Parts: sequence; C-alpha cells; structure tokens
Amino acid sequence: MSEYTLEFEKPIVELERKIREMREYSQSENVEIADELKTLEQKAEKLRKDIYSKLTRWQRLQVARHPQRPYSRDYIERIADSFVEMHGDRAFGDDPAIIAGIGKVGDRKVAIIGHQKGRTTKQKLHRNFGMPHPEGYRKALRVMKLAEKFKRPIICLLDTPGAFPGIGAEERGQAEAIARNLFEMTRLRVPIVVIVIGEGASGGALGIGIGDRVLMMENTWYSVISPEGCAAILWRDSTKAEQAAEAMKVTAHDLLELGVVDKAITEPLGGAHHNYDESARVLKEHIIAELDELQTLEPEQLVEARMEKYDAMGFFNE
Amino acid sequence: MSWFKRATKGIKPQTKKEMPELWLKCEPCGEIIYKKKLEENSHVCNKCGFHFRIQSADYIRYLLDDGQFDEFNANISSVDFLKFKATKKYSDQLKAAVKKTGHNDAIRTGFGKMFGHEVVMSIMDFSFIGGSMGSVVGEKIARAADEALNRKLPLIIISASGGARMMEGAISLMQLAKTSARLAKLSENGLPFISIVTDPTTGGVTASYAMLGDVILAEPGALIGFAGPRVIKQTIGQDLPDGFQRAEFQLKHGFVDAVVPRDEMKEKIRDVLEFCSDGAQSSLPNGELSNEEVEKLAAIDLPLAGDLDQEQSN
Ligand SMILES: [Zn+2]
Repeated sequence: MSEYTLEFEKPIVELERKIREMREYSQSENVEIADELKTLEQKAEKLRKDIYSKLTRWQRLQVARHPQRPYSRDYIERIADSFVEMHGDRAFGDDPAIIAGIGKVGDRKVAIIGHQKGRTTKQKLHRNFGMPHPEGYRKALRVMKLAEKFKRPIICLLDTPGAFPGIGAEERGQAEAIARNLFEMTRLRVPIVVIVIGEGASGGALGIGIGDRVLMMENTWYSVISPEGCAAILWRDSTKAEQAAEAMKVTAHDLLELGVVDKAITEPLGGAHHNYDESARVLKEHIIAELDELQTLEPEQLVEARMEKYDAMGFFNE
Repeated sequence: MSWFKRATKGIKPQTKKEMPELWLKCEPCGEIIYKKKLEENSHVCNKCGFHFRIQSADYIRYLLDDGQFDEFNANISSVDFLKFKATKKYSDQLKAAVKKTGHNDAIRTGFGKMFGHEVVMSIMDFSFIGGSMGSVVGEKIARAADEALNRKLPLIIISASGGARMMEGAISLMQLAKTSARLAKLSENGLPFISIVTDPTTGGVTASYAMLGDVILAEPGALIGFAGPRVIKQTIGQDLPDGFQRAEFQLKHGFVDAVVPRDEMKEKIRDVLEFCSDGAQSSLPNGELSNEEVEKLAAIDLPLAGDLDQEQSN
C-alpha cells in the first residue's frame, strides 16, 4: 500500500523486497525454498516489531505525518453507519479543513467532527493541508450545539498541523473562534470523546479538542506548537525540530504520563497506514467503550467532571 | 510643560549609557522623553500618543484606587517538570525572570477597587518570559475566577503575552482549556469578565481568555492576533498590510469593543462595571461597601481624576 518509505523503515522495506524477489524466483524456477522464505518472513516481522517498539519521538512524528496515514474521512467511512456532512458556519463560509456532521456509529446517534487533510495535491490545497480558518471552528461549534440540543454525544478527531496563519484568518478572528469553542465546549451538556489520529498542533487542534475523554493513537503527536515552530523560536533554527520534539515530549506515551490524555490506542504493527480497516476497528471499539461509560453520567456531573479534569492540569510550586 | 520642552532641547544625552536612566526615546516618533514625565503621562508619548509597554505595578498605580492591590497567590511559582532545555535551560530562564521582574511568574492576581467598585484584578507582565502562559498563569487565573465567583465580584484581566509557554509543552496548551472552563462557569453564574488587551497579546492567550471578555477593551496600537506577524509573513510569502493585527484593525473587524487610551481606561472600565453591577450589585454580600458608599466614593473620585487629567495636559 505504501510506496512512501520513512528513513527508519528502510531495513524492513529492503528485507521485504528480498523476500518478494526470492518468492518470484522460486515460482519461476520451481525451486523449493519455503523454509528459507518462512525464516526471512519471521525475521521481517521481528525487525518491524523491534523498530516500531523503539521509535524515537521524532520517528513517531514522521509516522503521524505519513502521506498514506488514514485521515478523518477514512475513519468516518469505516466507523459510521450513516453520516450527513454539514457545511458552513452560517456567517462567512464553509471550511473544508474541518468536516462536521451527524450520523450513527452502530445504533448510537452521534455528531462527528474532524480536521481533514488532503491526499492528492489538489485535495491538499482544497483542504488547506488540514489547517482550519475561523469558519471551520464556528461550523464545528454549530454542529456541537446541534448535538447538545438533541442530547447526542460528540466525537472529535484531531489531525492538524495548526490553525492557518493568514491574513483572512486573522481578519475573521482565528483567536476568537478558537477561544469561543474552548469556552463553549467546556460547558456542553453531552459527552465528548476526542481522539488525536495524526497531528495535534496547538490551539488549532484544541479548538475542537476539549473532551471528557481524550485519547491518542499510538503514532501521533500533540503539543503547544509544532517542533519546527518551537525550534525556530527557541533555537532560532527550524532544523532543530528533532530536539524540540524530544524537549517538548510530544508523544502519546509522554502525554499519558503528564495526564493530558487518558489512553493511548495501539495501532496495527507498522502504523495505522498499514491497515486502515484494523485501525478503524480499534478506534471504534475505544469510542464505544468510552461512550458507554460517559452515558451513565448526568449532564451536570459531566460538565463538572470535565472542568475538574482540566483544572488538574498543571505543575507548580506553592 | 514649557520648561520641559526647553529642557529637551538643551540637554542632549552624552552617551547611550546615560539615556536609559532618565530619558526614553519614543520609537515611532523619535521624541526623547523625560522618564518622570512619561510616568506622569501613563507612559504614553505626549507627542504621538504611542503607548509604551508597562509593568503590572504601573497598571496597579494607574487603574486601582490609591494604587491599592491586595495580591493573592503571589507565591505560586513555576517548575521545570519537563527538564526542558533549548539554547537555555527553562529552569535558568525562570530564575533570571524572577530576578529581573521581582515576581514569581507572568501574572499577578489580587483584589482592588476602581472608583469604589471592588474587583478581582489580574495583570500580566510581558517582561516575564514574554508574558507566556504556563501552569502558573493558568492556575492563578483559575483561582482568580474562583475568587470572583465566591465573592460575586467582577473579574478583570489585563493581557500582555506572546502566547503559551513552549517550555511546558502540551501542559501549557491545556491552560487555554483550564482558563476558558473557569471563565465559562463564571459567565454562567452571571458575573462580568472584562478583558483588557495590551501590546502585545498573541497566541494562546488571545485564543483563550483575552478574547472571552463580556467586554473587550484594547489599548491603542496594541498588537493583537492569533499567529504572530512573522509566522504569517513566512507562511503567505507576502508583506502584511499597514496596521495589520493592531487594536484598530481588531476594532474594525469586530473583535474588540473599543480602543481606549490608557488615561481613559479606568473611567471606561467603571462605566462597564456600573452597567454590569446594577443588577448584580445586590448580590455583593461579601463586598465591604454598600451601593450608596460605592456611589459616594465614585462621586468623590471623579473630579479628582479630572483634575489630574488637566494637570497632565497643561
Ligand atoms: Zn511618540
């Protein structure tokens, strides 16, 4: 499936190519090398496990940004039994960098909101590389309010390199749009489950990322700024992004430890892009489990617990 | 005033070293201003109206009755829980900032009065690591909002910040959520929150409390935005229009209610407080002043403030 090879995957890809060649050779020449093949395949599997169990933060970030990584739409297609996409903020326009809609996951009626990246060059431009404008956040809020009105839970999928830094975005109040969402989301009287499925960059991610449960897929990153941005400011050198990723501690494991997220979701071996269906199945399983738990809470309890959750975040001396 | 102008012409600073002591240069207009005179004029250039960046102590003096600030939670301080190191160690940066500013972090919170109205006042110091918001700023705002809620007082936050504090990673991002949650609760309980936005306020602070005021007032010329101008310029690869992201730009686009010169800010806030507290005033059980007393005090303070203005414009 993936033709795009990450640097650290090269030994695996190399080995797999060798296996493929041997298999072709054995078939064409009718040579019996099943045992050798099996050994090599086991070796490849082990190699993949080894490599993926020892990924550095920077390497995980590469997986999160893999061009074949499943995006919101890929998951929605697989986890939703019906989905009515809704468009526009009713004030300025529609933002294709965020998709929002209502539908069903199994027999549960839910609202689903997610950042959306594009795959081809044309799609990438259309989706603005998953970088929303204010109208995207306002559309998201409109759909969330609709969910609240009809007492339906909300699922948010985060995958953005950041809210778009541009003239129009500033003119239309990027900061206000994000701030408003934070303000409103903290008080929504329905359950919210948030999952970081790729990149979680700063306010652009958090703008649809307040939840009762916040989960991260295993190979994703989430922080206050992109490592490149951090490096450009604190190192005055954007090539120090790797160090910045290490210093800010941006992975699911890090954020679990810091108490920012509640769970990490294990991805198929080799990353979510190796198996969309399996990734979506696991994601759906987690969403349903979280919704089951949250459903037992009264709206007041839900809102109070949500505020307490964010209240507890922070480290200081007193 | 005339003596002052003469003096400016007569005395030319001999060395660069000498200048910061007594004289300041107004960058936009080039005017060399006697520091004491600048302080008397709320740190606003008397020639071009440029608003110099000032410290929390200055705002306390300019905005609160008798400069009285009953600070709380002053002892909360930051910890380097990520052991963060870029070109400098975060722990060293913190030490240096505390030494430089005399404060434990980038915000101070406390009680004060404005024309007799008791308020919870929170003031950011840009000089403390760029006014960045980490755990301490988030916690102090959360607690300030709690004080406002418990005592049924208006909350005022004066923002000056480059954004969230990167050296605290995702935890600093979560302070946007933490503060917004508290403000939402405050709002639900019918208490007013006035956001005062000063130069500069960008990033995470704009994307949370600075833009969430029931009323948002900005100082003239203040840079207010989500992304910094440098990032935008790099992203779009073109020059930014004049006045982009300034307070007047935000006014034009509908994101601040008014641009208010510093020497009029206190009165403008009072007008807002009076509107908000009319109904809520009766629910000020813990306030030390009755309505009557508040009005009396306001009446006493008003002409006094007017006198001061006259003195300054002489
Ligand atoms: Zn000037």
